[in-house]
Amino acid sequence: MTESSLRSAIIEELIKIAPDLDAADIDDDGLLHDDYDLDSMDSFNLASAIHQRLGINIPDSDFARLQSVGDLVRYLAQKA
Amino acid sequence: MSDFLMPSLGADMDSATLVEWLVKPGDSVKRGDVIAVVETAKGAIEIEVFESGVVDALLIEVETEIDVGTPLARIRGAQQSAEPPVSSPPMEAPSVASPVEAKAATEPEETEADQLIAPHPSPSSGERLRASPLARARSSQQQLDLEQMKGSGPAGAILARDLPADNQASEAVSRKAGKLGFDPGAMRKAIASAMARSKREIPHYYLQNRFDMSAAVTWLAEYNAGQEPAQRLILSALLLRATVLALQSYPEFNGFWQDEAFQPSTDIHLGMAINIRSLGLITPALRNLEQASLAEVMLKLQDVTKRARNGGLRSSEVGTATLTVTALGERGVDSVFGVIFPPQVAILGFGRMHREPVAVGDALAVRPIIQATLAADHRVSDGHRGALFLDRIGQLLNEPAKLAESSSIDKGAHHD
Repeated sequence: MTESSLRSAIIEELIKIAPDLDAADIDDDGLLHDDYDLDSMDSFNLASAIHQRLGINIPDSDFARLQSVGDLVRYLAQKA
Repeated sequence: MSDFLMPSLGADMDSATLVEWLVKPGDSVKRGDVIAVVETAKGAIEIEVFESGVVDALLIEVETEIDVGTPLARIRGAQQSAEPPVSSPPMEAPSVASPVEAKAATEPEETEADQLIAPHPSPSSGERLRASPLARARSSQQQLDLEQMKGSGPAGAILARDLPADNQASEAVSRKAGKLGFDPGAMRKAIASAMARSKREIPHYYLQNRFDMSAAVTWLAEYNAGQEPAQRLILSALLLRATVLALQSYPEFNGFWQDEAFQPSTDIHLGMAINIRSLGLITPALRNLEQASLAEVMLKLQDVTKRARNGGLRSSEVGTATLTVTALGERGVDSVFGVIFPPQVAILGFGRMHREPVAVGDALAVRPIIQATLAADHRVSDGHRGALFLDRIGQLLNEPAKLAESSSIDKGAHHD
């Protein structure tokens, strides 16, 4: 899977979790928690959606370190 | 024969607009069926009927604004007063009705949320097109054909968010609000009215306590390490579970102030403050947590958060919480001193978890700390009991394995 298809998959799942977010406002470097206001339930849902969609189980301890869409894309690109 | 009245949707909502009937005259309905959808400042809400019978007549036209208490439908063979209210169908019928339950004979009855996940009839040809008033208004402004749209609302109703973006709608907030079916102006007004009433009528007192979360954090990390993402827990689930267990020993924080007296509730419906980005606040109830295990608390939290954001809450989840919990710590504040949502009598706040030096014995240690606060109604309880209640929650969080043990009532250490 290419980085760009990983990115669009992540953004699609993010919008499902937080429909009040706008896809156009999301970029690689924005911080999920501080800039997009994701809370711990949103993060839980994102980890769960990534696991279901991409089959990649991100351990909780790793997930806590991944703070932006860019971080997630790079992490998943290594695992995929 | 009886009239089914528009139920209360909480102290901050007096009216709503009927979007769609999901039943027609001649249909059989049973308690807990979703029979209509209304649109409110806080999004679309599904209205559940609280009696069983046959629909005789629908009394309100779609797109009418209806006040709480307005007759919506006439129901034949309704047995709303003959049978005692059962607030939790999966369990045996309560033998002694609590004051709150007893009152329910004259008030809209609540039903178990879990049994209501019934499939909606899907729109079929020949039926009236389902669409919210906002969606209808927008589509006619933009000269769009609603027939071509796919609805994402309850029963496939087309909501404003289903319409293509309007180039003329420039303001970001109104665009977001429209997308979700929320009305930020009305939501602000509703919050203003409930909170002003709270501060006018309720003599609040405030307490704060510092919880060492080491045990809870360690337990949670170990638990989650062995779970797939969908089975993991978040800290909020532990906080809610500890609150429920502590309430068993301190019932004076769970219930309503009504008719100049405290009406305790045996059911525990915790309201969870959920922020809708830049628009406002919703506090839907996680119902019957007294029967829920830790994993079930997590599932309910997940389910209700999702529906609150998407506008699919049910009438039994709105305005029925017996105690509210707010976890503003997610937004970085150390403490939150809440304003009680009437007619409730307390609100618990959990601040940001952060590492802090604390004295452990004679030495210093750095520990994960959460500041917990309680704002409570002084007409009902005193600071002494409030302090013990908070302390009990802290103790329970120190023994996280016990939180996971079972859903039964914990008789743990009492403090009297």
